[in-house]
Amino acid sequence: MLTEKEVDHIAQLARIKLTDKEKDKFKNELSSILDFVKKLNELDTENIEPIYQTTGIINALRPNEHRKDFEMDEKLNKNLIDQAPSRQDRFVKVRSVLRKS
Amino acid sequence: MSKTKNSKNYTILDIQEGLKKGYFSAEEIFKHYQKKIGKENKKLNAYLSVFKNYELRITNYGKNNTQSAMRNPLNGVPIAIKDNILIDGTVCTAGSKILKNYISAYDATVIKKLRLAGVQFLGKTNLDEFAMGTTTENSAFGPTKNPLDTSRIPGGSSGGSAAAVAADLCVFALGSDTGGSIRYPAAMCGIVGLKPTYGRVSRHGLIALASSFDQIGPLTKTVEDAALVLNTICGHDNFDPTTSKDNVPDFTKNLDKDIKGIRIGVPKEFFRDGLSAEVSENVRSTISKLKGLGCKTEEITLPNFEYALAAYYILVPSEASANLARFDGIRYGYSSKNAETLLDTYLESRSEGLGSEPKRRIMIGSYALSAGYYDAYYAKAQKIRMLIKKDFDEAFKKVDLIVGPTTPTTAFKIGEKSSDPLALYLEDVYTVPVNLAGLPGISIPCGNGESSNLPVGFQIIGKSFDEETLLKAAYQLEKHL
Repeated sequence: MLTEKEVDHIAQLARIKLTDKEKDKFKNELSSILDFVKKLNELDTENIEPIYQTTGIINALRPNEHRKDFEMDEKLNKNLIDQAPSRQDRFVKVRSVLRKS
Repeated sequence: MSKTKNSKNYTILDIQEGLKKGYFSAEEIFKHYQKKIGKENKKLNAYLSVFKNYELRITNYGKNNTQSAMRNPLNGVPIAIKDNILIDGTVCTAGSKILKNYISAYDATVIKKLRLAGVQFLGKTNLDEFAMGTTTENSAFGPTKNPLDTSRIPGGSSGGSAAAVAADLCVFALGSDTGGSIRYPAAMCGIVGLKPTYGRVSRHGLIALASSFDQIGPLTKTVEDAALVLNTICGHDNFDPTTSKDNVPDFTKNLDKDIKGIRIGVPKEFFRDGLSAEVSENVRSTISKLKGLGCKTEEITLPNFEYALAAYYILVPSEASANLARFDGIRYGYSSKNAETLLDTYLESRSEGLGSEPKRRIMIGSYALSAGYYDAYYAKAQKIRMLIKKDFDEAFKKVDLIVGPTTPTTAFKIGEKSSDPLALYLEDVYTVPVNLAGLPGISIPCGNGESSNLPVGFQIIGKSFDEETLLKAAYQLEKHL
């Protein structure tokens, strides 16, 4: 079973703020999921290579040429910037990085 | 629309014929579906958004578009798209509150290809939040209901797409499949669902869940339709370097060919604990039909099958935790008003904007990837993934196809399992190994279960990039079911 401190640590890594009720719920749920995946330890994988993808494609390169199929123009630029919830002119606005004292 | 019966459940070929013979125009068939959606969607919640304006439904690419579209069998066909695939200028929610007002800035590659084929987009369909789930109950916009019994789940995560196809609220739909999200709902709703080989279809413009697993594919009424859609959406894409550069066959060409002599493997591990009696019975009788068609069936083994789910539920959350880091309250969608600092913006926006299942998976993934735990969880699971793939490689030395159930049971009641996340994870037991190995898989309906009278899905798994054999067998089987 995960401790409350561990759950706090995981939530902090995940950048998710949890309510007290959620902390309790996730402590139980995450613990039972982690118990379930412990099953993997039954298998000896000492000499097994991990696999990270299944296609076998290695170093998918393209010719070093200017690509015209996705050109940035005023409209696309605006569409992309407009997705930000907070902005000013052509800039994305963020809140202060350091807390005001 | 005068010459057609209103009750007709249109396939792609029906639309082709109707347009050719003048039974209806493209605009008329679009409006027919639009009207039907207006009447029936409230009951099902299959669509999250509907494109109202006929004129806006398609925008063409290039001058030669009309000509190339004229030759494509999908020309004029009204379709639905899972709401995690981007259509330029329209809202794409991924079933999440955090993207409630997100407007796509470009078309997904599959959308571009479908536009060139001349399809008509009816709207976007409901899904489990960020495609995380097997019931569509995890959608922030309410569950979708199974058209065959509205008290039951349609399956997930492409539940809206499956329900829309099953209720004839579109001709076909696109879904995405990370661990069964096309095949599972197809089985629950009694339709066809195809997950192509990983690398067959571009993922560009698909909101990522787990990038080494995700694959877009069709949910259709017939196997032939699935082949026609795959023909249009597949192929190498510069925007997705995992797509194969190999030549693509015409997937409809060999559908009619004899399947005599095809070697079919039946993994003994598929018929153990957890498989309901009625599903087992229908699947077994379908296997004997394959025998009747001249296929050679034999029992095979996938020795590490029982470890697939555990590996999957480490790897997918790990990839998801990285993919969903972009939902930071700054670049897209929902941003908390309560935040004072940058860190608060992340913490509060994600806390308020994400539902329980994404939170759960992001945390599991963050944990599995964190310092001190990486080797024990993530690296270990990648080694198990290798073992699963090797199991399939071994099996495919002896057989051409592997068959079994798509799901352990038929559709259960909405709410029946939603309080236990782990119980829902177990629903993916037969579909997940296919994604771990990157193989193609299809679910086709094989009759209703004896006790529930609900559809049972029959799964056929093929060799890597051999959708042809898989589709051929499914097509022949469909004729005899």
